[in-house]
This record gives sequence, C-alpha cells and structure tokens, in this order.
Amino acid sequence: MSDLPYRIVIGLEVHVQLLTRTKLFCGCSTQFGLPPNSATCPVCTGLPGTLPVMNRRAFELALRAALALNCEIARFTKWDRKNYYYPDLPKNYQISQYDLPFSKDGWLEIDTLAGPKRVGIIRAHLEEDAGKMLHDEKGGGRDSLVDLNRTGTPLLEIVSYPEINSPDEAKAYLEEIRLLLREIGVSDCEMQEGSLRCDANINLHILNPSPPTPLPHGERGAFPPLPPSQVWGWPATPIVEVKNLNSIRAVGRAMEYEADRQYRKFQEDGRKLGEEPKETRGWDEARGVTLPQRRKEEAADYRYFPEPDLVPVVVDDAWLAQARAALGELPAQQRARLVQQYALSEYDAGVLTRQGRALVAYFEEVARLSGDSKAACNWVTNQVLATLNEQKIDIGSFPLSATRLTGLLVEVRNSGMPAQRSREVYARMIETGESAKEAMEALGIKVVGDADALREIVARAVAANPKAVADFKKGKTKAADAIKGAVMRETKGMARMELVQQLVLEALEKS
Amino acid sequence: MIERSAAALLDSLSRGEMSAEALTAAFLAAIRQREPKVRAFLHVDEAGALEQARAVDLRRQRGEPLGPLAGLPVAVKDLLCTRGQRTTCASKVLEDFVPPYDAHVVTRLKQAGAILIGKTNLDEFAMGSSTENSAYQVTRNPWDLERTPGGSSGGSAAAVAAGEAPLALGTDTGGSIRQPASLCGVVGLKPTYGRVSRLGLVAFASSLDQVGPFAHDVAGVARLLEVIAGHDPRDSTSVDRPVPPYSQSLERPVKPLAIGVPREHFGAGLDAAVEQAVRAALALYQRLGAEVKEVSLPNSPHAIAAYYLVATAEASSNLARYDGVHYGHRAAVYDDLIHMVERSRGEGFGAEVKRRIMLGTFVLSAGYKDAYYLKALKVRRLIRTDFDRAFQECEVIAGPTSPTPAFKIGERTDDPLTMYLSDVYTIGANLAGIAGISIPCGFTGTGLPIGLQLQAPPFEEEKLLRIARLYERETDWHTRRPKLV
Repeated sequence: MSDLPYRIVIGLEVHVQLLTRTKLFCGCSTQFGLPPNSATCPVCTGLPGTLPVMNRRAFELALRAALALNCEIARFTKWDRKNYYYPDLPKNYQISQYDLPFSKDGWLEIDTLAGPKRVGIIRAHLEEDAGKMLHDEKGGGRDSLVDLNRTGTPLLEIVSYPEINSPDEAKAYLEEIRLLLREIGVSDCEMQEGSLRCDANINLHILNPSPPTPLPHGERGAFPPLPPSQVWGWPATPIVEVKNLNSIRAVGRAMEYEADRQYRKFQEDGRKLGEEPKETRGWDEARGVTLPQRRKEEAADYRYFPEPDLVPVVVDDAWLAQARAALGELPAQQRARLVQQYALSEYDAGVLTRQGRALVAYFEEVARLSGDSKAACNWVTNQVLATLNEQKIDIGSFPLSATRLTGLLVEVRNSGMPAQRSREVYARMIETGESAKEAMEALGIKVVGDADALREIVARAVAANPKAVADFKKGKTKAADAIKGAVMRETKGMARMELVQQLVLEALEKS
Repeated sequence: MIERSAAALLDSLSRGEMSAEALTAAFLAAIRQREPKVRAFLHVDEAGALEQARAVDLRRQRGEPLGPLAGLPVAVKDLLCTRGQRTTCASKVLEDFVPPYDAHVVTRLKQAGAILIGKTNLDEFAMGSSTENSAYQVTRNPWDLERTPGGSSGGSAAAVAAGEAPLALGTDTGGSIRQPASLCGVVGLKPTYGRVSRLGLVAFASSLDQVGPFAHDVAGVARLLEVIAGHDPRDSTSVDRPVPPYSQSLERPVKPLAIGVPREHFGAGLDAAVEQAVRAALALYQRLGAEVKEVSLPNSPHAIAAYYLVATAEASSNLARYDGVHYGHRAAVYDDLIHMVERSRGEGFGAEVKRRIMLGTFVLSAGYKDAYYLKALKVRRLIRTDFDRAFQECEVIAGPTSPTPAFKIGERTDDPLTMYLSDVYTIGANLAGIAGISIPCGFTGTGLPIGLQLQAPPFEEEKLLRIARLYERETDWHTRRPKLV
C-alpha cells in the first residue's frame, strides 16, 4: 500500500440529520436557517411536565439507512437518557440509545487504490440533536446565546470499526455514506449546514522489525473498549479523537496531519496506547493543524438509564419489509449494474453513480434511445456534467431532454461531425433550446460526407496551393496539412477527417 | 352545603337546586375561613373560579350540553401545569413559572365543566410524605392542626378533608395520594400506571408517577377518575384502553370475592390502633361474604430500598433541567456558567430534593450502577411478580395504607429514613404499576383517621372501586368531618 513506517488506524463516528419535516420527539420544524429559537416548543425546550413522543417517520428513515449499511436490525430497541449538563441541552440529558441500539454489525463498501474494501460498522443508533451556542465575541465573551432550533432534530449516529487505514479511505468512506444516504432519501448530508458531522478516532501501529501476531480468525479490533497497547502485535500510539471536521476535505487533511504528528511524537516520547489518557484535539482549518482541546478533569460519566417517558420500539416484519422496499437500488448495486448492462468502465460507472439516481436515469434513457451506451456515457459524463456544474443546476433542471441529446448523438454518428463542431451545436442547443438539426442549420453546418463533392473541393485546394504541393514532393509530408486545412476551411469543418485525409493524399500522389 | 359529597353536589347542581356560582362562592368562603388554619392552598383563584362558575350557569340556563363535573369546584396539586397560572411544584426553583399549557388532566377537568378553584400545597417536587418539604408553607391536618396531612399531596387531601373543595387531584409516586388520604380521612386513588396521562405532570420519577383523585367517598373518586382517565397520544406511556363508567357500576357487588391479606403488611412498625381498625375492616368484608385469605408478597421488605433507588435515579435526571439557563430561578450573582448553574440549583432546591438528587446521581454513577440501580430494577420486577402471583388467588389485596396515623409536624423532619417508612405499604403498587385506593376505616382513640388500602391488578379500577364501595356502604367513617370551626 505505502512505504510509511506505520499503519494508520481510523474509526469514524458520523452524525447524520434525518430528512424529517419535524423533530424526533415533537412537532417543531427541522428547517435549517430559521430565526433563532423560532422552531421550538415546550417539549424541545424541556419545560416541566412535557413528554416526548417518537416521530415514526424518523425511525423509518433510520431503519432504511441501517438496512443500506447492511446492519442487523434489532426487533426490540429502547431509548436511554444520556445525562450531562450543557446550556444547549435544555433537559440536561439527551435522549439516545445505549445498550440496545436499533441496529448493529453492518458494513459499507468503499473504493480504495487496492480495490473495493468493506469497512465494518459497529452500530447505528438514533438520538436527538442538541441546540447551538452562539458566543458573543464582541462582548468579551461575556454573553453567550443559545439557539434551540436544532434541539431535538433526529440524528443518526453511525460508528465504524477502526478499519479505515488512510486519509483517502476516510474520505472515500464519508463520500460513500453521503452518496448512499442522499440516494435513499435519508439525509441531505450537507456538512456546511451540519446535517452531516464527523468525529475521527485515529492512531498508528508502528511497524517495527518484530513480526505482528495475527488476529484469531474473524476477530476484529475492538473499538470500544480500548484495545491493549499491542494491537496486531505492533506497538500502537495513543488514540486521539479529532473534532471540528467541517468538510470531507478537512477530514483528509486532518488525518494526514494527525498521522504525521503522532508518528513524530512517538519518535520523541515513545508513548504507547494506554500510557496516557485519550486526547481530544480540534482541527484548525485555517492553520491546517490539530490542537488539543480542553481536557476534561475526569472521564465523563453519562449515567445512562432507560428513558422512562418512552416505550420500547418493536420492529415487526411488515415494518422491516416496508423499509426495505423503500431502499431502491443502492449505489454499489447501481455501479455494478452499469458496468454489466452498459459495458461501462468501473470509473465511468462510478462517475455516473456519484451524481445520483436522476442523472443515472438520464444516462440510461439516452443510452436506450441512441443504442450507443459508450457515446451516451461520454456525452453525459463530459458535456452534460460540465454544464450542470457551470450552471449550478441538477439534472432535473437541465434544458436538454434525453430525446434532444439523443438527437445530437445521432447527428454526430451519421455525419461524422468532428468533436469541436458537435460541441458548438450542443452549446447552441443549450442556449436556444433548438433541436440538433435546427442548431446545425443555424450554425450553417452542413456535413460534406459525399466523396465526389469532397474530391472537387480537394482538387481546388491542391490547385490553390502549389507551394505545399512542391514541398510535399520534396518529401515534406507535413505539407499535406496545409491542403487539409484549406479543405476544412472550405467545408466549415464539416467534412469527415478520415475521408479528407485519404482524398488529399490521393490527390497529392497523383499531382 | 359544602360538607356534602361530590355526587350529591353534582345532583343538586343538575337539578337546578343551586347555581355553580353559589356553590363556588360557598367553597371560596370556606377557604377564606379555614385556610388560615389548614393552609392547603398555594394559590386560590377566586375571580377565575367565579367566572368559570358563571359560565357553567349560563350554559345550563341556555340548555347547552354540560360536562360530567359541570359547576363542581376541584382543587389541583401544584405539580400539575395550569396554563397562564403559576405552577410552582412548591419549589423556589419554579417560583415564577407560568406554563404555556395545561396538564392533560387539567384540560379534561375544564372540558368536564369543573371549576378550578386553586392549586394545592405539596412536598417540593412531590418529594416527601408530610408536605413539610414545601418551600412555601406547612399544611396542617384538619383533624389535628398539630399534625401533618401526610404527603406529598397533603394540600389536596387536606383541602378535601377540610371542606375547602369537594374533589381534588393529587399525584402518587410512592403513596403520595393514598397516604395523605389515609391521614386525612378521605378517599384517594392511585390509578394503574398508564391509566391517566402524565402530560403536564411535572416529573419526579417518570416510571412511577400517576395522577389520581381525592374525594370524601368512593363515588366522588369514581366520578373524577372517569374524567381524567383514558388514552392521550401525547404521553407514550398512556395506555389505549377503554375507560369503564366507574361511577355507574359502584353498587354492583363483586361475587365471589377473595381478599388477599399480605402477611408482610402486618409486621413491626405497625401502629396498634391502625392494625385494629384494618383487621376490623377485614372482618366486616368477611361478614359481607368475602373470603379473606393470607397471601405473601415475599419481596416487599425490599420495596423501600428499590423505590428510593429507582425514584431518585429518575429524579436526578428529571430535575437536571432546573439550571437557571432557560427558565426558573437563576442566581443573582455568579462568576461563570458552571457557577451560575451551581448557585441557581443550590439556592432553588430544598434539602430533601438535594438529598434525592445526590442519591440518584450516585446510584447511576459508573461503578455503582450495577450494584444499585440495575439491582433495584431486578427487585422491581420481582415485586411485580409477587403481585401477579398473589392476584391469582384474590381480587384485591388489603391492608393498612400507612403504618401510623398522622404524625406531628416536625416529628420526622430530622429523620428522613423514618419519614421514608411512611410509604412502606404503598410503594409496592407504584413499583408494580398496579392500582391502589385508600378509604377511611376508622379513627384512633384521639380522633385521627385511619385508612384501609386496597390494591388491584392493572386496569382493574372498576372492580377496585366496587369492592371499596362494598365496605363504605356498610360504614359511616367517610361521612365524618373534622371540627375546624
């Protein structure tokens, strides 16, 4: 894989906001960006005497996500209280799931340099989000404000096994989770809006000359509880939890930085896992470093106990079947199918799948109409994607229907129109909404495909360029390019290059 | 007029013999006259009550439909939220708290046409057995003003006993309705867990709390239970089962009737006069054709311990929200956030509440949770199994409600453990989630009321009330009133 003197071990804890209209335990809106404290009610502000009522829609979305993550679904699951004091948590406890999460033991397949890899998932559970603290910096930090709009938003926490072994894998894992959860309609996974958040646990296994002890068959690295200092037989550095990771790119950068920092620290002090308490560090995006966060005086004791205000949730066959039915085709299945059904490369299938189901459907329509999946893929992954990016739109508002784009593909195929000109036609179609034919006409593009007509044009070009002809005769084969250029000018680029090539050579040989 | 039973008053109202306004005014007059002695109410809403009464009278005049409690005053424990009206939980922490919503039971009372005359005193956050833990005032037992009314719903029990309200609502987490009912000589019922919505009941221990009625007699309790019971989708633990018309079937005897008497409820610590009265009540049941048999609740000696672990654990979490950040008491002076929370809670809570928060925090803490909290949950299951087994042999389980009659004010305040033992017979029903009632069954030589507790399997309130009524019909304890004037 690499020639680093260590092996990176990363476990990711991902929090995803579910796409429900209302909060997990009350009817308040989950909409982002509302005026502070406007989406609150007695329940989510924790007023005395209020009671939570579970949002079944949230549980259904969570169920769908867990199925997509290949998790085992618990038929009986309960809620627990996680007790801690913080001003953005108005009840001073969070309703979460502790010992009986609704799902566990799943996996997610990601693409790595070495090929596809499965990252194990320890558990996925549901919980309520906390609010936000707004610290008034101007007031010398004296005034802190609390916005409780986010309080009670349904969160799905997905905890991976420490089976991610590079910053790139960490990024790939997050990208795949984002794609998956977007595709199945569970979350919009906008890191900027906080609907996807990530904490990373990272340490290193230092590769020294003594050979590693293999793990017994089927055993995974434990996470948690903390493994002993000699995992896989290699000395391991203390685990560091990195927070404040606000983009997938930041995760990659922070992991790069942190791996290097830990290795250098280990070189200096040789401190191993278990020899110092777990540290929490924050990623400083501007400086590109991780910095120690205030260490808690003692380990947090959340005093979990079963939430007495809620009843346990029983997932029956019907509910499970319904969640499964709502899944649709998952990205991994879709990639495999595109490769198989349309003979696309893994790469192209990946590019298409990453854009989401709607774009894949568009591609499939063009492929079906044109009968040319290769060309359809080229056009969609190049021109269409470029247009979407430029105009910052999604395929739903793309101006060319699949039929229109197919029309262009057919013209190109029939005419042998050069790539350059076909892109001009495409651009005009986008701009004016004209069909391929109309756009070509408007651009004055007429394909000269007839050999006799072309032969005449070539003859004229040869006659008009005696110097080129002379040079060619002297052995300067390059001189033919001038003739070709003249022909292309004459035909406004609408002659088939291979044919022009052939005819020019014929004419020069003969002259 | 005010000494009459709720059912009798409702009959008079419906027959037009008196107006709701006149009745309400009579109770308000009694309150004005007796409150200086009893101090059952934290807040009396004179103007509001009269206004509600006039509205009922108007509806009656117009022949509009009226609810089952139309025109009858009801007192409400100040642990139950009332919209736009202070709800203090007898705590400094919520001194100025005005809920923007009604408790479910308060909504039901309003729909039923009841007149909400005021909020009654309690032990702070319902933590106590004497109402002495109120941050505001000490309520006195109408039968002996030197003694406590019991608690934590002591204000509601005393209000009914003193003739200040014909009906009242209380809450019962470990005996907080039945024990004060017993000590005040009134009827008090703790419904099955899930029978009545807890929405708007400020939580002490969520898995144990239930709202229930007080009245002079069984019929009054039945009328009030009919109004407050039933499914509420806003409380996930409220059970969706039909509510039988409890007051309609009261006079139907239960036959054959087997009454179980747990030997564990007649042991050390039981006052002789109480035991005598309870045994006499059992003998009466026997004369009425019931089979009285001994049953066993072998795990009941562990009930108090299990209760004080489970209840305090939940309380430590339920009361965490009173931090002065979003509402409630906030210290005037503090350095930083942590200091603010510490001081606000330190100033706002009374000693007993602090004691229970500390106990509950401790039993949930890492390293102690298994030995205390989780073990208590196991004991709780065993206690439920004890009851299930006992109920295979009998319709109800009978015994004393409280080991002693009303005790003197201040007598137990320095001895929390003795105070906790006041609930030794009532706690089992909360841990098991079953129904229980306390009915008057006699007086001590010095004139203090004694209560008989009857407990029934989950959702058997109808049968429980009929069996209670069977005894009541043959006795006149429930018709006696303290001499306050």
